[in-house]
Amino acid sequence: MPTLALVHNLNVAQQIVFAALALAMALSALRMVTTRNLVHSALYLTVVLAGAAGIYILLAAEFVAITQVLVYIGAIVVLMLFGLFLTRAPLGDKQELDNNQRWLAAVIALFLFGLLGVTLQRGYRGTHVNATVLTNGGSNTAAVGISIFHDYVIPFEVASILLLAALVGAVVIARRD
Amino acid sequence: MLLNEFLFLAAFLFCVGVYGALARKNSVLVLMSIELILNAVNINLIAFGAFQNTVAGQVFALFVIAVAAAEVGVGLAIVLLIYRNRHSIDLDKVDAMRG
Repeated sequence: MPTLALVHNLNVAQQIVFAALALAMALSALRMVTTRNLVHSALYLTVVLAGAAGIYILLAAEFVAITQVLVYIGAIVVLMLFGLFLTRAPLGDKQELDNNQRWLAAVIALFLFGLLGVTLQRGYRGTHVNATVLTNGGSNTAAVGISIFHDYVIPFEVASILLLAALVGAVVIARRD
Repeated sequence: MLLNEFLFLAAFLFCVGVYGALARKNSVLVLMSIELILNAVNINLIAFGAFQNTVAGQVFALFVIAVAAAEVGVGLAIVLLIYRNRHSIDLDKVDAMRG
């Protein structure tokens, strides 16, 4: 049956893309928390965020992927770089950026990963997920828009109030007077 | 695709973010690690949304992105204020409230 072969090929392609993205994200995340150069750390964070956008597209969440690129890579990483430059952070390769509880932190992170891994493996082993378009004849973006302005209007308005408050708060806190 | 692939990737990113938030000294790097944690949560939300065939996961991921933007704005303002008052953003040196 040709459709079965098509589905199989699609699955293989998805697996390859997922493996490439996941590998890049994992390595970049590790480098981000271990590198001794502040600007390199911000650039590794950019790689992780872009990989996450790719993961969202794999899961057919294209609107979230675009928002991820716009807000995270376009705004948040730039804000982080501004923060690094405005605080006159040392920009060399040599300085020590970790505190003296690094090994304790590594133990905690490993323990947490083991715990999460065992739980996930027990709870969801063999569960399949297939990314599909959720509405008939529409796109997931349309479905997300309808859902936000239909089921989640009040959280949406609260989020806008939150953004306004954060804007005013940031200006008030950082203002020179 | 298996659901666990996404969940394990998100768990790994979460743990790396926790390590960064605990082990880093520069407060901007700690803020970046927190972004990593929030991003891991977003991957989980969207994976579970696709698993349950609902759009709610994507909506919540969008809300998380909005909250992350607000958090970074206020956080960096606080970092700048600390730098202006103490001329350092090392978290080890911000210990005025230590008992």
